[in-house]
Amino acid sequence: MKVTLQNVTKKYPSRNKKQPSEVIAVKDFSLEIEDGALIGLLGPSGCGKSTTLNLLSGLQKPTEGRIFFGEDDVTDLPAENRGVGLVFQNYALYPHLTVKQNITFPLENRRGKDKLTRKQMDEMALETARLVQIDQLMDRKPSELSGGQQQRVAIARALVKKPRILLLDEPLSNLDARLRLQTREEIRRIQRSTGVTTVFVTHDQDEAMSISDLIVVMKDGVVHQIGKPQEVYDQPADLFVAKFLGTPPINMFDGNVRDGVLYIGEQAVQRQLSLPDGKVDVAIRPEGFTVNNSGAFTCDLDRIEVMGRDISIVSTHPDSLGECIRSIVSADSIKELSGAKVSFDLKPSKVHIFEKDSGKRLY
Amino acid sequence: MDFDKIEKTARYKRRALNTLIYVFLGIWALIVLFPFYWMVLTSLKSYGSYNAEWIPKLFTLDLTLENYFSAFTAVPLAKYFLNTVIFTLGTTALMLAVTVLAAFAFSRLEFRGKNLAFTLFLSLMMIPGELVVITNYVTATNLELRNTFTGLILPSVASVFYIYLLKENFSQIPDELYYAAKVDGTGDLKYLFKVMIPICKPTIITVTILKVIECWNSYVWPRLVTDEQAYFLVSNGIQEIRENGFGRDNIPAMMAAVVVISVPLIILFLIFRRRIMAGVARGGMKG
Amino acid sequence: MKNNNLKGWLYLLPAILFLGAFLVYPLIDVLIYSFEESFNFASQSSTGIGGFNYSYVLHDPYFLKALRNTFILVAVTVPLSTMIALFISVALSSVKKLRELFQTVYFLPYVTNTLAVGLVFMILFKQTPYSDGLINVILGVFGMSPVDFIGGPYWAKMLVLCVYTVWIVMPFKILILTGSLASVDNTYYNAAKVDGTSRFRVFRRITLPMISPTLFYLIITGFIGAFKAYSDAVALFGTQLNAAEMNTIVGYIYDMLYGSSGGYPSYASAAAIILFCIVLTITCINLLVSKKHVHYS
Repeated sequence: MKVTLQNVTKKYPSRNKKQPSEVIAVKDFSLEIEDGALIGLLGPSGCGKSTTLNLLSGLQKPTEGRIFFGEDDVTDLPAENRGVGLVFQNYALYPHLTVKQNITFPLENRRGKDKLTRKQMDEMALETARLVQIDQLMDRKPSELSGGQQQRVAIARALVKKPRILLLDEPLSNLDARLRLQTREEIRRIQRSTGVTTVFVTHDQDEAMSISDLIVVMKDGVVHQIGKPQEVYDQPADLFVAKFLGTPPINMFDGNVRDGVLYIGEQAVQRQLSLPDGKVDVAIRPEGFTVNNSGAFTCDLDRIEVMGRDISIVSTHPDSLGECIRSIVSADSIKELSGAKVSFDLKPSKVHIFEKDSGKRLY
Repeated sequence: MDFDKIEKTARYKRRALNTLIYVFLGIWALIVLFPFYWMVLTSLKSYGSYNAEWIPKLFTLDLTLENYFSAFTAVPLAKYFLNTVIFTLGTTALMLAVTVLAAFAFSRLEFRGKNLAFTLFLSLMMIPGELVVITNYVTATNLELRNTFTGLILPSVASVFYIYLLKENFSQIPDELYYAAKVDGTGDLKYLFKVMIPICKPTIITVTILKVIECWNSYVWPRLVTDEQAYFLVSNGIQEIRENGFGRDNIPAMMAAVVVISVPLIILFLIFRRRIMAGVARGGMKG
Repeated sequence: MKNNNLKGWLYLLPAILFLGAFLVYPLIDVLIYSFEESFNFASQSSTGIGGFNYSYVLHDPYFLKALRNTFILVAVTVPLSTMIALFISVALSSVKKLRELFQTVYFLPYVTNTLAVGLVFMILFKQTPYSDGLINVILGVFGMSPVDFIGGPYWAKMLVLCVYTVWIVMPFKILILTGSLASVDNTYYNAAKVDGTSRFRVFRRITLPMISPTLFYLIITGFIGAFKAYSDAVALFGTQLNAAEMNTIVGYIYDMLYGSSGGYPSYASAAAIILFCIVLTITCINLLVSKKHVHYS
């Protein structure tokens, strides 16, 4: 099912009675989701990603804009008629029902000509349970399951009714680190094998990057960038996206463009730029550094952290906007490090230049 | 699928249901409030006009305060009132002292047999008042405590439930506070009064209000232990007024007395609404 | 340490004294009373130990009538009040506007004097030479002939007693149920909504199981409370409950103890213990039944 959001805006009335201004949770959101795609909505908490999910599910209604499932305008359609599957952050499994009863629950709601026999329901439940590999647990209560198993039950309950789209709210946030890795692969596998258009919400960039076909980076209700994970990482649309994605975080500097040359401090770090002169923000990914004693960019060496395959060089620079500069280089480079200074060559593709005020990417 | 139609029926259904719910809630509110309205209205009708109404009037502007005057003159309503105030204050004060001390012992002090004692205390909650009232009545009679405030108050003091409620609240105060006070040389009693009671003031107030309500409305024990009007509480007073006062048919005067009796608690309730409701929700029960 | 032990008990002493004298001692004593035959109040002596008191009480027509009244009252008011309270609480939980106002209004009967408001109910229902009473006037609109609900036929009196009892117990039940309903996590409802669950099914399959422990608690306390009914009856029919045919078990106990037919603490004790046993049995049955139907998380 293709899903389209057209200029969707959601405003809440202000709770503060003295200041009757509205809170804008989602602002002018447009997005087209291809049939069968897996979309990750990514952003810090309060960025409007959960609201977007609720707008898609029909639990909330947009103040402005339209939402389409395929060719159908579903904007005003209540949640119960939309046919979406929704997996809640805390799973919302009914504690008094068994796994099987939880999974068949949505099927039992069908009335009239869609009504299913008990046998059909059982078959569908079992089929879905097999898909998420919980068919051994059908008679247990949710309280007798581990977090990961509960998660699968919740996904099964959302999938059993063959939803037009599947929505997942922070699907991995309640799992421990080990399960998280495993489960996100699992979600990818299930999504692939069912081919259902899926939207999930997360604040964890690894989660979003690793399994999404497309990620949407949001902040304060505004979409900052939509693109394939690698694209968004390599070509951030603006300063926020650059800073938000990547661990360790991107290194920020005050920079200056003069005659097509980028200076950090008095060091010319990049040449042949077709940019106007002026002050800029410079962002360099940690992996954008290579140690070279005759390199153009010299910093004060603070310490070296060994991580095995790579090493992390922590250094400082007077024009750095962060507390320190963190660069990840190959462990071999350690031989070249000596003294209180370290010099780098910069990989041009890992250096981004942003306009000072708007934060828009210039290069 | 006809989406427009689905939307419309959904909206229509929701609106209809909402209206239905409000009508239903309104009807129940009316059922609850009507006796109060009737009580006030009747108390303001004169004796003559009340008895002349074959079909009672739901509203009238022909109002009088004479019933309130006779409520305080024809029957010793003021005396009942005073008795109830004395009884309520005495019982509540004693209850607070006993409860606070016991809750403190259970929550803060370490002594041998504490857990056993607490379990026994809790099991006392299951004893129905109807069982013990018999012996208490005999005891009060034998000790010649009938028609005295002592006899009225003493058996009404102890309440296991309030001890339990307060103990739970006291236990939430972190131990560090106690040790800090100990290090500073604060005695137990001073710690209780200067630290624990101020911190747990909300619960203590809740307990106090609940006990006041209980005292104000108590009927069974006062009825058993008093048979002289001089010691009647408002509940017995009402019963007495109904059976012997005013000449039996002076309903407006009776209603005036009922209003006078009900008003203090309603005011108390309106002031401490949230507290009372929260307190009752935590396990209070009527009777 | 020894000092500490003493101190602990010292703080408990007032509570122990009060509870011992007015709760524990009477409990034991009432058992003894109930088995002492022909106890004489004046001389504080009895002729022997035996079950005569129980047999007397169980054969006393007044007691049997009180028993019947109490059972009718319990059977009518407990299910009725719990059901209405459930309806009201669900309705209340589904609205936002005016909710607090409704909650406050609904709680009012809890803080009023049972005897005082009972008097209002009496005049609403009573038929006098001067007036049929408001309720009769209203019933007359629907073409029913007036009935004296207070001094008339048995069913009419029982009806008023049930109505008043329901009115009185409702605040507690509504309060507890709305609290319980509010504690059900909203995401369950959202989950059900996304799955297209009808309102009725949400209520039956989600809400009801989730609040079943509370509902069960209310049924048990409701049973216990209704079995102890007394002051409601006094409020409506006066202290001469036997004459009004409206006595309850507790009323019988107090009458035996004191009042026109009083002075028999042994019979009162026996009746009280019979009541206690009935309540205990019903509570146990409730507990057994609930094991099957109540979901404890």
